[in-house]
Amino acid sequence: MVKISRLLPALAVAVALAVPAAQAKDWKKVVIATEGAYAPYNMHAPDGKLIGFEIDLALDVCKRVNLTCEFVAQDWNGIIPGLNAGKYDAIMSGMSITAKRLEVIDFTRPYSNSPTTFAVMKESPLAAMPDSGVRVSLDDKAAMDKAIKDLAPALKGKVIGVQVSTIQADLLNTYFKGVTEIRTYPTTEEHDLDLQAGRVDAALASTSYFASTLSKPGGDQMKLSGPLFTGGLLGKGTGIGLRKSDADLKALLDKGLNEALADGTIKTLSLKWFKVDISPPS
Amino acid sequence: MDFAFLIDTMQKLLAGVPLTLELTFVSVAIGAALAVLLAVLRASFLPCEWLVRAYVFVLRGTPLLLQIFLIYYGIGQFAEVRNSFLWPFLRQPYWCAILALSLNTAAYGAEIIRGGLLAVPQGAAEAARVSGMSGFLLYRRIILPLAIRQALPAYGNELVIMVKSTSLASIVTLMEVSGISYAIISETYRALEVFLCAGSIYLVINFLLTRAIAQAEAWLNPHLRPATS
Amino acid sequence: MATYFTLIGFGPNGWGWQLAYATFLTLSVSACAFATGLGFGTLGAWAKLSGSAVAGRAGDVYTTVVRGIPDLLVVYLFYFGGSQVMTAVARMLGQQGFWGLNGFMVGTLAVGIVSGAYQTEVIRGGYLAIPRGEIEAARAVGMGRLLMLRRIIAPRALRYAMPGIGNVWQQVLKESALISVTGLAEIMRQIHVGAGSTRLPFDFYITGFMLYLMLTTVSGFAFRGAEGWTLRSERRA
Repeated sequence: MVKISRLLPALAVAVALAVPAAQAKDWKKVVIATEGAYAPYNMHAPDGKLIGFEIDLALDVCKRVNLTCEFVAQDWNGIIPGLNAGKYDAIMSGMSITAKRLEVIDFTRPYSNSPTTFAVMKESPLAAMPDSGVRVSLDDKAAMDKAIKDLAPALKGKVIGVQVSTIQADLLNTYFKGVTEIRTYPTTEEHDLDLQAGRVDAALASTSYFASTLSKPGGDQMKLSGPLFTGGLLGKGTGIGLRKSDADLKALLDKGLNEALADGTIKTLSLKWFKVDISPPS
Repeated sequence: MDFAFLIDTMQKLLAGVPLTLELTFVSVAIGAALAVLLAVLRASFLPCEWLVRAYVFVLRGTPLLLQIFLIYYGIGQFAEVRNSFLWPFLRQPYWCAILALSLNTAAYGAEIIRGGLLAVPQGAAEAARVSGMSGFLLYRRIILPLAIRQALPAYGNELVIMVKSTSLASIVTLMEVSGISYAIISETYRALEVFLCAGSIYLVINFLLTRAIAQAEAWLNPHLRPATS
Repeated sequence: MATYFTLIGFGPNGWGWQLAYATFLTLSVSACAFATGLGFGTLGAWAKLSGSAVAGRAGDVYTTVVRGIPDLLVVYLFYFGGSQVMTAVARMLGQQGFWGLNGFMVGTLAVGIVSGAYQTEVIRGGYLAIPRGEIEAARAVGMGRLLMLRRIIAPRALRYAMPGIGNVWQQVLKESALISVTGLAEIMRQIHVGAGSTRLPFDFYITGFMLYLMLTTVSGFAFRGAEGWTLRSERRA
């Protein structure tokens, strides 16, 4: 018989090995989860380091409010459950602030905002979709109805790739379900690979993300097409995702982000990584 | 416990069961045919034997996850493949998953069948030859039934493993049980409950499958049945 | 071809160091998982052989459940469930904040428990293959339980179980690829990241293929050596 007393040291070792993911005390160190596959917001360099707009921005903001920030790579699929399970303290992964996400987590103020659109191959029949380049707000019902009516004949029976659990997937499911076949991918990089391979006819993501796609190998064969969607279920731009219980951390990061926006740091970083300014209105 | 949520999740997940089963049975069927071919080739002349051994070595030495990625995303990188006659098949996630699963199970199946063939007593084959059977008839009446009887328990395990392996098909966008569970998590952000539901579905399928295989085994081994009355 | 070697080489833009480190991680997480699996397998085999109805039942439930659920789901269940359970336990013990396991530990536990279920059968088979007479003889010369376990049962069972244990190790190596979903930068994860960020999936996946083949081949030789070692006192025909 194994005595319970013999098991106790083993249990103690197991507990000691377990890492406390976060402390509730006053914030000194923040662990931030990012996907590392959503260039140029966040990506892996060949030496394995995480780089990108959000990494630069986090380092800047953390310095302003005296925090040590550490990034961990985490699959997009499950990034919110991981936050609520306490595996890390914050999410910076090009995540848009939406009503649906606000039901389970909290967000700081937005730090970037860019519209959503389609990417297609240049020789595709979808290369010149109706309303290309026209801004359409999902809040404007008349404009949205018109856009859907214009797009429906072109998209009928086509396959569209989109990353799972994104505002773009919501957009397709809400407005184009039944018109097109929607195929969901774990990462945006994978729907790009399938767009280039010809398995999907178009991919839907944010224009800022596609900016980096078009500059990658093979990207010169692709182009953006269709309207630039904003508003509504697409949310109010991307913010730092936080647990609802961490109001103190939210206050700190909001302060840092507001400062970074006010003195033009966000604009500078945006120009560095996106070549365009996607800083949100203050 | 939020039972309403669990019931709702279960209903959604059950919709993926037909695809899970279809992927399993189609790939096991193709894989088994391929496995027989490989086992026969291996028993034939030398260069064939080496090729089959290399095939089995590579497929059994690498993770299935990687095989699926290589077949789906890797091969699609080449324009030659995209312009070939194979592309109408390879461009569909369904056939890529079937291809990867079949090639994988064929490697394991070939070894199982080889084991079964080796277990056929020489005397049985000799006796059949003496009584004038040869070639195809010998295989159909004597060798294959004996070999299959020997290989069935191991093949039953392989079937269970394949049911589990189909969960990897979700990474190439197929909406079987696991794929649906990711979609539900992406809407509700409740990972643990959804994975528990999905896990129990696989468990029930495999439990029933194991029972069915045991029945088939009993039917194939009439001489081992306890005497009635 | 030259570009391929620049890509996976050790130069400034090569992924070589990353892949080397990933290989090291795959090996270490597999080794830890394998050791954990041996522990669970021994426990499981003991439960099934103990003759106690309760322990036997528990052993059956363990092997049936674990072998019936996809391994990927087991990894996910530990990844998300582990944190929730540990945080709850920590709260009960008066600890604050969140507690959880990192990817390495989740992988070790999940793959360990899965392989433990297979290990259970392998070890049980090894034990059952020991001729009864040897155990009776040991008992007759007055060996105690522990001494008998150390001198007779363990070495004899290991000899019979060795080929099966080798197979489980190969399985653990391949299953470690599933740990990539926790973000642990082992081979599968690194290969996938590389494929996505360079848009050269084939180059990276084929590299991963070769890395895994190398690991399974080399460790296959090692296990065959170990098998020979356990058989060193066996009479040869």
